[in-house]
Amino acid sequence: MKALNRREVVASLLERRGALLVVAGLGSAAWDCTAAGDHPLTFPLWGAMGSACMIGLGLALAQAQRRVLVVTGDGEMLMGLGSLATIGAQRPGNLVVVVLDNERYGETGMQKTHTAYGTDLAAVARACGFATARIIRRNAEVSDVRSGIYRGKGPLFFQVKVKADALPLVLPPRDGAHLKHRFREALLGAQ
Amino acid sequence: MSGKTSKTHPVEPSDWPAAIHSALKSQRVRQVSYVPDAGHKRLIELCHSDRGMTALPLTSEEEGIGLAAGAWLGGERSALLMQSSGVGNCVNALTLASNCGFPLLMLVTMRGETGERNPWQVPMGQATPEALRLAGVRTLRLERAEEASAVANTAAKIAFEEQRAVALLISQQLIGVKSFEEKR
Repeated sequence: MKALNRREVVASLLERRGALLVVAGLGSAAWDCTAAGDHPLTFPLWGAMGSACMIGLGLALAQAQRRVLVVTGDGEMLMGLGSLATIGAQRPGNLVVVVLDNERYGETGMQKTHTAYGTDLAAVARACGFATARIIRRNAEVSDVRSGIYRGKGPLFFQVKVKADALPLVLPPRDGAHLKHRFREALLGAQ
Repeated sequence: MSGKTSKTHPVEPSDWPAAIHSALKSQRVRQVSYVPDAGHKRLIELCHSDRGMTALPLTSEEEGIGLAAGAWLGGERSALLMQSSGVGNCVNALTLASNCGFPLLMLVTMRGETGERNPWQVPMGQATPEALRLAGVRTLRLERAEEASAVANTAAKIAFEEQRAVALLISQQLIGVKSFEEKR
């Protein structure tokens, strides 16, 4: 079976995104979200590895009426595994985590991550109390991820197995203060 | 949730955790995250029983830096409670504060100071003020219970009005010393 193309998966998840709030983990996940269209209500990370899910949790608790999506990579997720337990303890119904799992540290030379050695992130999320946690391998299942993001009762976790391609860089703005301001202004209005 | 209250009661001058809780309320802090410390026991309980707050345990202190950033993106204020050993866990995550200018209010109970009986608490405790300074976090000290309200309010204003990272270091002399002799 051929693994999925990460850019195509993210583009289909973020198409017609409506009021969705997005946090993108550093590296390829942020480039994928930017390739799908730079957006003020996407907060892409350039650092703070391991923090993406926790930023998503703080946002989901603050904005309980909005859907919140964290898109991140397997390496970034592995550095913040504890955050799955912290999310599991709170069980925010509006939070969805999508891990694009290429089993590689894609920005540093394609070294294998722990998922290549057998770590089952979806099983970890399930054990931490996520309502649903699945591994996604086929194109036909991407629509399930999409309906989970926009309508599912969270917290939901999807580990999407993707090809270990080195794709062209599509970079979001680097200025963290700008990224923060434009997100808050788009969500909360002029401060 | 039953047993929760949002009322504020007059605070005894010696009840510094209640004074800090009252300051957090008046500064509209809604998300309070923590890795517990015995010195934070009462403040954690007060935050859990406050229906205007979400108090949530973390597996490691740096999670609270991300949480506070996400809360701010969503229009809420967050505070992060830990003991000084946890400061070392936060260093890389603090790039969120320095790069993005996220407000951050850390309340740190100090170990490794006067009377410490566990030598393994000493290195990180002694390094805490300098580690925070190197990571770009301003520090304030709380030494005496009767100053808790003023100092906590000042720290919260630095965080949320000036939008800076600030740590309030709560003296071990104020908290008391863990003797390792108490019955369990």
